[in-house]
Amino acid sequence: MDKGHWAYDLHIHSALSPCGDNDMTPNNIVNMSLLKGLDIISITDHNSAKNLPAIIEVAKDKEIVIIPGIEVNTKEEVHLLCYFPTLDDAMAFDKYIESYLPHILNNKEIFGEQLILNSEDKLIGQVDNLLINALHLSIDEIFSLVKKWDGVVIPAHIDRDSYSIISNLGFIPSHLSITTLELSSSVKEENFKNWLKKYKNYQFIQSSDAHSLEKILERQSFLTLNKVDIKNFFDFFNRKHR
Amino acid sequence: MRVDDLYQMTEFQLITIGVKGEKEITGGYCGDLLSWVMAHAQKGNLWITVQTHVNIVAIATLLELSCIIVPEDITIEEETIEKSTEEGIAILRSHLNSFEIAKLLSERGM
Repeated sequence: MDKGHWAYDLHIHSALSPCGDNDMTPNNIVNMSLLKGLDIISITDHNSAKNLPAIIEVAKDKEIVIIPGIEVNTKEEVHLLCYFPTLDDAMAFDKYIESYLPHILNNKEIFGEQLILNSEDKLIGQVDNLLINALHLSIDEIFSLVKKWDGVVIPAHIDRDSYSIISNLGFIPSHLSITTLELSSSVKEENFKNWLKKYKNYQFIQSSDAHSLEKILERQSFLTLNKVDIKNFFDFFNRKHR
Repeated sequence: MRVDDLYQMTEFQLITIGVKGEKEITGGYCGDLLSWVMAHAQKGNLWITVQTHVNIVAIATLLELSCIIVPEDITIEEETIEKSTEEGIAILRSHLNSFEIAKLLSERGM
């Protein structure tokens, strides 16, 4: 696939996230994304990458690029989207942060199940500790960790009143190497322009934060890349916007 | 009540060593969502928060708060302590929780 505008959705939850529908399986997510005509997607479960091996396996021979991702909940209760160049990087990061997750068991009745699935959508395990809790790691620590694994960090849904870097920290700390911010899909065009004006030094992405299949984006958010591959993706997000 | 009155109380430990406590405390504010605190805390307020990110120093400076109290013996980032010392804003820590701190201060005449 060559230079052009590539349709993406970089914030999708699978059945591993307690709040994600149980039919958010690897095959369902990949096939729905293909039906919707998306070129690049990322599955970003709360504090875990354990469904990424299956997702990547399912997408292997398909015309879609998967960016390994995790949506981390920091000590400050700020959601950060962390993207990694390889599955191995994401899994290593997953293993590292696991010990910083509070030992509080998930109550399935209240929060929902945390399913680990294989590439045939079969149940191969469950995560016991509640994944939506805040890690014992600060925003600053997450930034330096993700950098170590050559990934990028994008603060999630900064327009929201909860779990957002702006609502929880009051403003965006200038010492962090942030190039990009995510806005919720509910932010309409007019409002989107206001965000752009207010935060001139950043580029913006807009993804679905889908917890159910129908919420996955249509072809509506686009990245301009020379080629749609992992290298161009990370070059794009690592560059300084202005 | 002044900030150095808190220095005398056994329930509080001064973390920003060397910061003077001559500021007058005009009242108190509890809150952890910093955007909310920024919009509602008043000049001179003592601020109780579980957030320990360095941004709390910027907000205390901006609003001219009298000091920050971190409850429940929460570990505070080195960067936050350094910045706060530099800005002359006292950070105190307590083993008490936010409710107990407010109650204690009220009992002591605040």
